[in-house]
Amino acid sequence: MAAPEPEAPTTTAPTRAKDHSPWNWLLFIPIVVPLVPVFFNGDSPRVFGFPRFYWLQLAFILLGVGTTTLVYQMTKKRGGH
Amino acid sequence: MWRDHLTEIIVFSFLFLLVSVMGFVAARWRAPKDMAHLDEWGLGGRSFGGWITWFLVGGDLYTAYTFVAVPALMFGAGAAGFFAVPYTIVIYPLVFLVLVRLWSVSHRHGFVTPADFVRNRFDSPVLALLIAITGIVATMPYIALQLVGIEAVLKTMGVTGDNALARHLPIIIAFAILAAYTYQSGLRAPALIAFVKDSLIYIVILVAVIYLPYKLGGWGDIFAAADAKFDASPNPNDGILLNGNNQLQYVTLAFGSALALFLYPHSITGVLASRNRDVIKRNMSALPAYSLLLGLIALLGYMAIAAGVKPLPGAKEGTVDSNTVVPLLFDQQFPDWFAGVAYAAIGIGALVPAAIMSIAAANLFTRNIYKEYLKRDASPAQEANVSKITSLVVKVGAVACIVFLDPQFSIDLQLIGGVIILQTLPAVALGLYTRWFHRTGLIVGWAVGMGLGMWMLYQVASPTRKHFGGSAFPLSEFGFDTTKTIYVGIVAVAVNLAVAALVTLVLRAAKVEEGIDGTEPDDYFADEGDPRVTPGTERDADSAREPVA
Repeated sequence: MAAPEPEAPTTTAPTRAKDHSPWNWLLFIPIVVPLVPVFFNGDSPRVFGFPRFYWLQLAFILLGVGTTTLVYQMTKKRGGH
Repeated sequence: MWRDHLTEIIVFSFLFLLVSVMGFVAARWRAPKDMAHLDEWGLGGRSFGGWITWFLVGGDLYTAYTFVAVPALMFGAGAAGFFAVPYTIVIYPLVFLVLVRLWSVSHRHGFVTPADFVRNRFDSPVLALLIAITGIVATMPYIALQLVGIEAVLKTMGVTGDNALARHLPIIIAFAILAAYTYQSGLRAPALIAFVKDSLIYIVILVAVIYLPYKLGGWGDIFAAADAKFDASPNPNDGILLNGNNQLQYVTLAFGSALALFLYPHSITGVLASRNRDVIKRNMSALPAYSLLLGLIALLGYMAIAAGVKPLPGAKEGTVDSNTVVPLLFDQQFPDWFAGVAYAAIGIGALVPAAIMSIAAANLFTRNIYKEYLKRDASPAQEANVSKITSLVVKVGAVACIVFLDPQFSIDLQLIGGVIILQTLPAVALGLYTRWFHRTGLIVGWAVGMGLGMWMLYQVASPTRKHFGGSAFPLSEFGFDTTKTIYVGIVAVAVNLAVAALVTLVLRAAKVEEGIDGTEPDDYFADEGDPRVTPGTERDADSAREPVA
């Protein structure tokens, strides 16, 4: 999949757009989702005896790791300097 | 009686001595040409790669106190204590982009502290001084709390005395050793020790979460035991799930603590010590491994319930020290030698953050008070020296807090610490993105946020205390007709921001001088090998000057 390129760097502001990428918006998902109690504040279903409150919040860790990894991979320096 | 715990004490002491030796040897690890520079002593030469940063920042953020206090909270209150998990999930995506900007601008300008950045960005030594003082005040009790972590372990091993001095002697010795090797090796000491600390903690917790449920009849039984305990208790707000009253508190506390965590000077010190932007970004994906660990550690509180642990008595008559539940659980369930390893993990776990925190506080004093107000032309060598001495003073202060004051006082101060460090958010974190705020607006906002935060904390009562009873502020105090509570820090920082914005608009209309921005947009993207990095040139200039002087 082609990572969305920021507009071609111009000589006046060579690094201006370095941090800008639509991929960054994905970071909001692991910020918002773990802060909505409706998702996790319940007992069933249980997984290995863990109420949902516990296993789901632990699973959100994977959501966070997955998202930051994806964003990092998609936005890191493309094709060197 | 300590004789019953002899094996534990021997294992604990052996591991403790091992890391002490490592602490001293660390001065030669990745040895710099010239240790007499704050970049070397205070930031490890800004050279740490992915693995070292992972161990260092992980060892720094997830402290011994966290490992002892979070399960203690679960033991006492149930689900509300689990906020530590969402807190340490949302932090990483939240700061993913922010911290690399801070790293870049600091790298290019040679900033050592967040206050250095603020001074340059907003052209305001006063604002920088406020940020520095806030950082120092918030960090001090945090260091003292690491001692509480060690004390919980020592108490369980029966290492106590008849009077205050005898009781605290082991801690005084431990901190004297810590102070000595931090003085000598700087940030390299905790970086090296963090390898041992975290390895021990990972081993102990992996064993605990596999072995203990097996012994205690499985996770279902553990949760059932916890549920039964909270059902029987008179407190309406405990339980293995949240209720309508504490959900808002849960999410605001998790979010507010996440915002606060990377404003703490010691977190920033760990981040600035890394080699380049990629190291930080990769670590934002790797550090949540510790969050998983923390989640499992939190559940030790429930295991303690299932195992029928009774916490040891507290410092005052009739109170219990709930921080002892995890050490007691280990003592009760593990063979002696392994309990010793677990205690060492907690004890050493206290040393790493304590060292980094004292270094961070010392750097703030040196850069933003000493160099700014006492000796403007201080050389890098003098800066390093002042920082080393300040780190000693800070540690003596932390020990004094624990020996002479009620430990509850440090716990209160740490609670306050989280709220006050949040008040640096507009200047430090938002400052990385925008210079829209007027420097005076930021100062006024800070003052109002601090005042409001203090007042709210003072108002919070708990079953045992009238004031400073926690950080869950009842919204009914604001006149809302509800029993819901909210985290004090979030309210205080929101008001802080609103006031800062309002004052900014007024001052802008009145055309009040705004000072000059010492940074350029380009600075926020600089990476390793950037040709315009200043610390290197500064140092070259100094080494060239010295022979002449």
